[in-house]
Amino acid sequence: MDSVEKFVTWLGDTASSVALHESLYMYPIIESIHVIAITLFVGTIAMVDLRLLGLSFRDVPVSTMTSRVLPWTVAGFVVMIVTGLLLFYAIPVRTFHSVWFRTKMIFLLVAFINIWFFHRYVRRDQPKWDTRAMPPLGSRISAVVSLTVWLMVIVMGRFIAYNWFDCDRPQTHFVAWYAGCPAPIYADEIIQ
Amino acid sequence: MTLYDVFQAIEKTPLGAALRESLWLFPAIEAVHLLALAIFGGALLILDLRLLGLGLNTFTTSSIERSARPWQIGSVVTLVVTGVLLGVSEAVKLYDKYAFWVKMTALLAALLFTFLVRNRFAVRDPKDGLAMKAVAIASLAVWFTVAAAGRWIGYS
Repeated sequence: MDSVEKFVTWLGDTASSVALHESLYMYPIIESIHVIAITLFVGTIAMVDLRLLGLSFRDVPVSTMTSRVLPWTVAGFVVMIVTGLLLFYAIPVRTFHSVWFRTKMIFLLVAFINIWFFHRYVRRDQPKWDTRAMPPLGSRISAVVSLTVWLMVIVMGRFIAYNWFDCDRPQTHFVAWYAGCPAPIYADEIIQ
Repeated sequence: MTLYDVFQAIEKTPLGAALRESLWLFPAIEAVHLLALAIFGGALLILDLRLLGLGLNTFTTSSIERSARPWQIGSVVTLVVTGVLLGVSEAVKLYDKYAFWVKMTALLAALLFTFLVRNRFAVRDPKDGLAMKAVAIASLAVWFTVAAAGRWIGYS
């Protein structure tokens, strides 16, 4: 972790990172684009997931849904990643030590594993159930995981803005460890 | 009694006070507001993309509207309820914010347009490509204004 610590510290000290952090309009504009891209990215994923759950668009074949809707999801994803990297670049050290950000990254990882699992195993016999109103259990499980995980990514992302668990505040040993605080302030060691 | 007095009275209600005093309540409601936004975005885009000829083009606009309807209504109700709760907790602050009034104006226009014009238009399975594109662009533009002004309340 030490080398990552050095990297984010260096990143936060670069002139453009400071400029972005302190900018009056650039940071809020990038953050707004990031949030609005959620509607494109998670919104379109959610519609595909609802189809996989047999809860909506039941007359649309799953293959039609994925071929016509997922390109928009990918477009939304690119916007999310680019704006997300810029937001991290603007505030790297605090974000790196945010318990919300770290949990968000874990959920992102789970989301990718789920996508891989869906394509590797669930879709193998898709021609058999492509037009069925209610897809098989495997794809429904994958859809529930996808919906849950992406919605949690949104919640964790929003909570990064709150400073409850920041390293510059007294924290429990667990939070300080999870956040990787370089100079932790332990709540139970503060003398009243 | 001015409108400002009304906003002050709303903020002073026990509900407003409870929301302000809790550490977790406001962020939790905010999170639900965002989740509903994602679902609403999907339900909105699926029909607007179809109207633009960029989505489920082999299906009629009426069938897409019907599939999206419960999710659109469910999410918009959630957005309004959570939005009102967020607003009650800081009504006076909102009163002074230009972005808040832009959002409320755009929201009123967006709701009226979506449920009285756009969805009824889609149900009739229109064939006029130009009209379909115009309705979709108007829908996307007005909702984009709502979302952008909403985010801006936090900065202004």
